[in-house]
Amino acid sequence: MMDTEQLGTHISKQFNTDLENLREEVLAMGGIVEEQITLALDAFTNNDSDIADKVIANEKMVNAKEMKIDEACTKVLAKRQPAAGDLRLIVTILKTITDLERMGDEAEKVARMAKALANKELATAHVKLHYGALLHLGNHVKKMLHDSLDAFARMDVESAINVAKLDNQADEEYNAISRQLITYMMEEPRRISEVLDFMWSARALERIGDHANNICEYVVYLVQGEDVRHKSWDEMQRLAKDE
Amino acid sequence: MTEQTQDSTQKMNQDVKAVADKTVKHSPLANEKIAIEVEKLNLFYGDKQALYDIDLHIPEKKVTAFIGPSGCGKSTLLRCFNRMNDLVDIARTEGQIRLDNQNVYGPGVDVAELRRKVGMVFQKPNPFPKSIYENVAYGLRLQGINKRRVLDEVVEWALKGAALWDEVKDRLQENALGMSGGQQQRLCIARAIAVQPEVLLLDEPASALDPISTLKIEELIAELKNDYTIVIVTHNMQQAARVSDYTAFMYMGDMVEFDNTDKIFTNPSQKKTEDYITGRYG
Repeated sequence: MMDTEQLGTHISKQFNTDLENLREEVLAMGGIVEEQITLALDAFTNNDSDIADKVIANEKMVNAKEMKIDEACTKVLAKRQPAAGDLRLIVTILKTITDLERMGDEAEKVARMAKALANKELATAHVKLHYGALLHLGNHVKKMLHDSLDAFARMDVESAINVAKLDNQADEEYNAISRQLITYMMEEPRRISEVLDFMWSARALERIGDHANNICEYVVYLVQGEDVRHKSWDEMQRLAKDE
Repeated sequence: MTEQTQDSTQKMNQDVKAVADKTVKHSPLANEKIAIEVEKLNLFYGDKQALYDIDLHIPEKKVTAFIGPSGCGKSTLLRCFNRMNDLVDIARTEGQIRLDNQNVYGPGVDVAELRRKVGMVFQKPNPFPKSIYENVAYGLRLQGINKRRVLDEVVEWALKGAALWDEVKDRLQENALGMSGGQQQRLCIARAIAVQPEVLLLDEPASALDPISTLKIEELIAELKNDYTIVIVTHNMQQAARVSDYTAFMYMGDMVEFDNTDKIFTNPSQKKTEDYITGRYG
């Protein structure tokens, strides 16, 4: 079992510092991604292409963070040859930041769609009817990300499992949105182009939920050494409690 | 596939997995032949107890590593396997170590024969101040084998086995002390395997060697395990992780944890083990 209290107990104080810094960097990167999602949703609901541009520009920061953390992890691996819980922490971080970076990409996609739709104001009038559903999905996956980072920070398996459960709801919301939009496209074939933009945004948000789910799976691995990827939620819960 | 058969297949898979999980959890050695069985072994140096109720099975033709902080008893335990502790006057043992179904501490055990079956290599290379050839042939001569043809054959075979033959075949009559440390250590391994032991005990075999020689010894260990049961004591945890199949963690004379090496180094079940291998002990 790995817990937060154990982190700072190495004989080598420098190793403690290195690991603590890494964890903080991951949380900082997660914070930026959260902010990106918030802004992208803002851009969407307010038809604001300036905010969308900001998200697109900020994406570089997310990428830079990923590369920086990657490098720091490589150094720890080379210098410390971490084992057991420390090794699992490094592996978890390396995987987590990949997912965070992808989430950043998805947020950027949403921002780009928002920008595209903002410039087609007339056409989007009908599409806007579905903004509420999209915003709801967006806030839902944003919370998933927030809670998964929280589970990572506290090395809390229980909350990781709870977040993972929320992914089902994200999938359902996405399916509902896409069903509505398909109906709408059949009714208004002229709007298909805009509706597809909208649909891609919903898809991007749903993917963010999947990535948050992945982070939760890594947290279970980090704490208990149990690989719960590609398992049903019930099985994940069983494996995590088994330990 | 119908839903029903799918369900039952899935359930079967789950059952099989559950059983497999259990076996792994309760006995890491379920699929291994056992070479050495240690049972309730206690060892005292005078009044001081150095090993406490050690129960341990050493699998045949695998590498088992003993790790633990200085003074935890890992070398002491290793030395019990060929009764090297007999050389310490105040050492006293209780319990059993069975090799080939015979207690090595039982009455009437021929210690010289035991040490032929259980060879040992020490931390510092200790070749005799003799020729390379005579170093390897020494054990055979002790057994009364003096036929040149037999000796030639065994010397070549053992040196090849210790991955040293190509380096020394043209200078077998030179003094062994003229070799490099890494070569000397491989010569000691050749000397140990020349008498065809069943078990090889390696007590920090690479700790006095440079990194390249260390890797050669590790490579050699990987080859030797095809023919011998190997037990290695090492302070170098990465080395234990690299060369061994099973790892035992000892602490203050107790066997804290024994498991697959992969398990020990990624997800040990005891906190003491985790603290030690991640550098938290102290």
